[in-house]
Amino acid sequence: MNQQAENQSITVNSQRPTGIVQQRLMHPHPKEKRIIFANLSRSDYTPDIETYLKNGGYLEFKKALTMKPEAIVEEIKASNLRGRGGAAFPTGMKWGFIRRDDGKPHYLCVNGDESEPGTFKDRYILHRDPHQLLEGMLITCFALDIKLAYIYIRCEFTHVRKILEKAIEEARAHGFLGKNILDSGFDLEIYVHEGAGAYICGEETSLLESLEGKRPYPRIKPPYFPAVLGLYMSPTIVNNVETICHVKHILRLGSAEYAKMGTAGDGGTRILCVSGDVVRPGPYELPVGSVTLGELIFDICGGLRAGRKLKAVIPGGSSSKVLRADEVFKIKVKGADGSMIEKEVNLLDLVLDAASLAAAGSMIGSAGVIVMDDSRNMVWALNNLNQFYAHESCGQCTPCREGVLWMSKISTRMLSGGGIASDPSMLHTIADNIAGRTICAFGEAASWPTQSFIDKFPEEFAAAVGSAQKSKE
Amino acid sequence: MHCTHSITSKSDHLVQILPPKEEDLNAHTDHIPPALLAEIEEAISHYPVSKRSASLPLLHLWQNHFGFIDQDGIEWIAAKLGLNAIAILELVTFYPWFRQEAPGKTIIRVCRTLSCAMAGSYELHEKFCHAAGIDSHQGHGHGQGLQTSPDGKFSIEFVECLASCGSAPVCLVNNDLVENVSTEDVETLLNNNQ
Repeated sequence: MNQQAENQSITVNSQRPTGIVQQRLMHPHPKEKRIIFANLSRSDYTPDIETYLKNGGYLEFKKALTMKPEAIVEEIKASNLRGRGGAAFPTGMKWGFIRRDDGKPHYLCVNGDESEPGTFKDRYILHRDPHQLLEGMLITCFALDIKLAYIYIRCEFTHVRKILEKAIEEARAHGFLGKNILDSGFDLEIYVHEGAGAYICGEETSLLESLEGKRPYPRIKPPYFPAVLGLYMSPTIVNNVETICHVKHILRLGSAEYAKMGTAGDGGTRILCVSGDVVRPGPYELPVGSVTLGELIFDICGGLRAGRKLKAVIPGGSSSKVLRADEVFKIKVKGADGSMIEKEVNLLDLVLDAASLAAAGSMIGSAGVIVMDDSRNMVWALNNLNQFYAHESCGQCTPCREGVLWMSKISTRMLSGGGIASDPSMLHTIADNIAGRTICAFGEAASWPTQSFIDKFPEEFAAAVGSAQKSKE
Repeated sequence: MHCTHSITSKSDHLVQILPPKEEDLNAHTDHIPPALLAEIEEAISHYPVSKRSASLPLLHLWQNHFGFIDQDGIEWIAAKLGLNAIAILELVTFYPWFRQEAPGKTIIRVCRTLSCAMAGSYELHEKFCHAAGIDSHQGHGHGQGLQTSPDGKFSIEFVECLASCGSAPVCLVNNDLVENVSTEDVETLLNNNQ
């Protein structure tokens, strides 16, 4: 790779980024298998519909129109596609909750509120390949009898609304949107809805409240499962941008071929976003479960900076539990005779898929891998995240609203030398009393960093308190 | 699920739906140029099921045009959508993007969350504030919203994750993302955006 281009750091046009990540997108790593990002390595690829059509655009949608809607849902089920937003819920199963004949309006809301710290994949799809998303939405809406769909984007993607609205106009001009699309009798309107800087809107029920023009307080499940009581209290599918983009590729490749790329029950490719202390951070699209953490960090991302050692990895966005470099996990794997045997696995040999990370006590989440080397102070890192959650708690549930601010105050005072001996255990206790006691999963998301940082790095938290006490003496 | 028709979203009953008050709309329509009004009508048309859904789009349009959302704006939007003013005010006070005071000419949002912080965004924020003549330690630092320089040229905010962790540290200069910003870039960015 051109080192000079690598070092060129400033870009002020996010519509066509020219910085380091762009360099990386132009030059896929040999281990990458690009489906969603296939076009991003081409310098001649532009976000307009002519380019998209020239490259096989909307062919899968045309194919979908010739299929039975139920058959499309079956294809998605058979593909083993799991949601790419964070919860890894099987997409086909989610779609299966929608009953075409229930006489109610159905809605699709695409979640483009990408804001989980460590995650940066949807931004490239939204900026550079908007028609890929629209085609995925068209197929989804045709399969589920949806006539009105929204794309919820975060407003910090300042150019995306215009990019998407232009793409929507182009699609309409080509007869892909509106009434009686391509003479099929199928109608669809797609609109873009911008958020306003709140992380909580990425939570699906919160997103719906926000879309209804309200404060985005998450709804309690049951009864407010979006597929039952979603937008305007009607059955609604909320899927991540990347998830919806996979839909057209499942039809193109066939579900069997698509599923084969992944692991059992977790099909296709997945974009892993690597940031932090690696030489080549960036988004990398890889077959699900095809690399270990060690291969990702040391092979694909070029390892750590000279002279540094690996200290910790947050594997699936800031809300996932941190893993320590010297940890050994006991993971059940299928033996040669088909029986399950327990195997010891080092951190670097851990496979990056939903099942392996769950077995290691963390999660693949949004696949935002944050790598930390031995120059990092874990109390400092946790405090940074605690401040994030304190700022982003919506304030609806008392344990979360009060707890995350309390945790943030404790970790801040530990950092500034004012900690007391009971602080680490107090932090842990507060986290334990938030998780599981809130309406939405933000409670867990905010507690897991504190719980795992203290469990995995007790010596650093003890030292932070110890040094504070010594300095007072 | 039985009797779904009787389940309404939990906060509906808190906000009385009112017909637009003619005097509220008329009182301010003078200030609203026809182009903005057209955009507002277009935005409302995107929500055929519920006009209230147009609240955020209208707040964005208002803030983009006037720079901030004042009491007039809150009342006008509420009247336009047939809502009580509190239904709009509670959005302005909740969502970090909306502001009730005029910002500086250029708004710089520096990302403060983990990957950017590891890449030096605290030093970067400090440098931006110092160069613009803003006391970054005023208030509580983090989470305090926009801070505007005394000359009114710059507003700086330390914001949460901007979803560009692979090119950390990043900042938004008005509407443009700047990636891999170093402290040496601060002077140039300020000079180019006076």
